[in-house]
Amino acid sequence: MATKHSRSAARLMMAPAVILLLGWMLVPLTMTLYFSFKRYLPMRGGDQGWVGFENYVRFVTSTAFWPSVQATLIIVGSVLVITVAFGVLLALLLDQPMWGQGIVRILVIAPFFVMPTVSALVWKNMFMDPVNGLFAHLWKFFGAAPIEWLSQASLTSIVIIVSWQWLPFATLILLTAIQSLDSEQLEAAEMDGAPPLSRFGFIILPHLARAITIVVLIQTIFLLAIFAEIFVTTQGSFGTRTLTYLIYQRVLESQNVGLGSAGGIYAVILANIVAIFLMRIVGKNLDA
Amino acid sequence: MARAVTQKRKMINTALAWTIGLLIFFPILWTILTSFKTEATAIADPPVFLFFDWTLENYSVVQERSNYMQFLWNSIIIAGGSTILGVIIAVPAAWSMAFVPSRRTKDILLWMLSTKMLPAVGVLYPIYLLFIELGLLDTRVGLTVVLMLINLPIIVWMLYTYFREIPGEILEAARMDGAGLREEILYVLTPMAVPGIASTLLLNFILAWNEAFWTLNLTAAKAAPLTAFIASYSSPEGLFYAKLSAASTMAIAPILILGWFSQKQLVRGLTFGAVK
Repeated sequence: MATKHSRSAARLMMAPAVILLLGWMLVPLTMTLYFSFKRYLPMRGGDQGWVGFENYVRFVTSTAFWPSVQATLIIVGSVLVITVAFGVLLALLLDQPMWGQGIVRILVIAPFFVMPTVSALVWKNMFMDPVNGLFAHLWKFFGAAPIEWLSQASLTSIVIIVSWQWLPFATLILLTAIQSLDSEQLEAAEMDGAPPLSRFGFIILPHLARAITIVVLIQTIFLLAIFAEIFVTTQGSFGTRTLTYLIYQRVLESQNVGLGSAGGIYAVILANIVAIFLMRIVGKNLDA
Repeated sequence: MARAVTQKRKMINTALAWTIGLLIFFPILWTILTSFKTEATAIADPPVFLFFDWTLENYSVVQERSNYMQFLWNSIIIAGGSTILGVIIAVPAAWSMAFVPSRRTKDILLWMLSTKMLPAVGVLYPIYLLFIELGLLDTRVGLTVVLMLINLPIIVWMLYTYFREIPGEILEAARMDGAGLREEILYVLTPMAVPGIASTLLLNFILAWNEAFWTLNLTAAKAAPLTAFIASYSSPEGLFYAKLSAASTMAIAPILILGWFSQKQLVRGLTFGAVK
């Protein structure tokens, strides 16, 4: 009797959150799906009827599509490689005994708390500006011609900015994972004469595999969606127009809602493919 | 002998870690330092590091010219409001999932997580349109609701992982002593859940403060928070490094301080309990 009572109470307590999220997911998504099958130009004639899959075809056959896929892959891929590789090294280092460990940790984590518009603008102006930026001063000091970072090396610049923002996240999670490693196992291996590199390869890395997977999946979802970093630096020019930015431009700048919505559906599908893998891992952890 | 080696290794570790740590922190440090320079010193070649005439002028200029306080206030209202609202809605949900789990609890949790994965740009126009229809564009209320919704899955998850660590035996003991559901929640569970709720509030305040997709796309002048205020420096006039730095320092300082307190929760909150 009591359990039945508490069950219905439980359902009632869950209802607000479930209903809100259901609405938040279904209403806009249905609208995007609806628009994606229409020729819909709010500034130029509004709703001009159903067009079937035309928007979907036009989105992927437009000249901007493949370059945007390429830019997205380069940015996401490079940032993942950089943050995971340096994240593992940095986590290993921070796990060692040292003086002032707490302070170093704080220094390393700090960039994660900087809002994206600030980090992008600080890098763009104070570091990458070809006249007054610190990099320009540095290059001139060594007698080299300063680089116009955001136009000549635009993708590299975005990768630097975004990696700087996400390295703390990777480091922190990998450090947490390393600290949960049984130190006796490592000591035993050391006593048996296993050199550092094989201790890393056979004990630490396998232990970190799950944490690395989680870092990769979560970062992929966030990196696919980066927006502000491009919005305040290149506005999508010089080959930095990612898939997210292309859709944004279609929808809000050129007000071609049908076309942009078709792109939006592609983005949703893409994110879901990544999300499925992530949820499997998280779900497994729930059972444990 | 062994001790000497360890001591030497510790010194190398310390030197290396501090060098890398300072290198990573340098852009923030440089921004803070530049905010105290004059515009001319800010672009000096070679760059001036510490020995310049420190000035607070930029801070007053930023405040006078752009009414910084209004943006700050918007950020506080939007980030704070969305977080508190989210926690109020999420506490009962996380509670019932942790203490009265059913066969579907896991599916519901995973489904909630999946809504967080929805790319914002995919629903940009519908939300934009709804905001126009409902008169919510460039209002703090509208933005507060949207940020609450995008962070709600994380809030539910964080609270759920905290609540699950509260032993069920305590509840049984309370029930044996004659506590009803209300007493149980008020006097037994709440005190134990306070640290978890506090951490959740903290992390989600930070996430909402730094959110820069919806805040940039759904605001113009009235409701714009600090993210949008800083973005206005992307098309500058004249010398502006020192002013940009002052504005940036003011925008990130409160969060840096809060962030340092939330390192542990960050891992738990953003990995959905998968890494602890």
